[in-house]
Amino acid sequence: MRTPLILAGSLTAALIALGAAELALGDNDHDDDHHERGADGRSGWVEPGEDVKPVANALYAEECGACHMAYQPGLLPSDAWQQIMRPPALADHYGDDASLSADRAENIAAYLAANAAEHAGKPRARAFAVGDAGADALPRITATRYFRNEHHEIPSRMVAGNPDVGSFSNCNACHQGAEAGVYNEHRVRIPGVGRWDD
Amino acid sequence: MSKQHFGHRVHLLAACLVAAASWLPAAHAGNAAAGAAAWVEAHPQADGSATRSCASCHGEDLTQPGRHVKTGKHIEPLAPSVRPARLTDAAKVEKWLRRNCNWTLGRACTAAEKADFLAFIARQ
Repeated sequence: MRTPLILAGSLTAALIALGAAELALGDNDHDDDHHERGADGRSGWVEPGEDVKPVANALYAEECGACHMAYQPGLLPSDAWQQIMRPPALADHYGDDASLSADRAENIAAYLAANAAEHAGKPRARAFAVGDAGADALPRITATRYFRNEHHEIPSRMVAGNPDVGSFSNCNACHQGAEAGVYNEHRVRIPGVGRWDD
Repeated sequence: MSKQHFGHRVHLLAACLVAAASWLPAAHAGNAAAGAAAWVEAHPQADGSATRSCASCHGEDLTQPGRHVKTGKHIEPLAPSVRPARLTDAAKVEKWLRRNCNWTLGRACTAAEKADFLAFIARQ
């Protein structure tokens, strides 16, 4: 009877180790990251923190955040930010006029480049540095490979066809922690749909 | 409020309007009624998207918040009666008139048009 007991003990130890591994990976938003959840729908034992560094530049927050969420610099690589911040690109900013005085544009461009995806310490922000950012005239966060992988299962009726969302560019319409840089799926509430469990 | 007081307030407002317009190249005093009409004028878009007016994002009641028609971003009310800081930063006013005239009308606004918008907004 000793062998089964030892086996059971080893199994328990292995399971605990696995649990610890999952805890360590709690930041990674894999499709299968369903850990135990409390009554509030949040994870019962680990609450993943910010995935990208929150915006820490008042000028950027004011100028860019006036029209849309001030996307964290970690959501695009620096060459993409540089393209977006060129004066002719700002004058035709995805169809809108976002022109800025030269000194403001330079200040913001420097902040974005210094904190871009490839310089980020957070794994999720680093993922945005990999691959292309779209073949359009200007790079898009929503065209990065990582973004598309994370959102491909969401039907368009919940986004483009949802008047409270409208576009994938509207991060904070669904990601309740988006402005604080928190993008894990436990904080997702799609307007008119609710939680998103993929 | 007495009639006399009210009269003073109107004069003060008029003085503010002139001051607000004075940094414009043409120093145009602005016509609030013309500004109100221009506010809701729908402009066809070269790229085939829906027509736009100032009200597309800011609404027709400037004391209420607006919503960016493309991004969905919440826009605080433009009316100085609700947000006194509105129209107090000339560089900011010039920047937004430049951007929003380009995006909405597809061209820069003339100094007179800008003054009309400002006269209209200042009374809200």
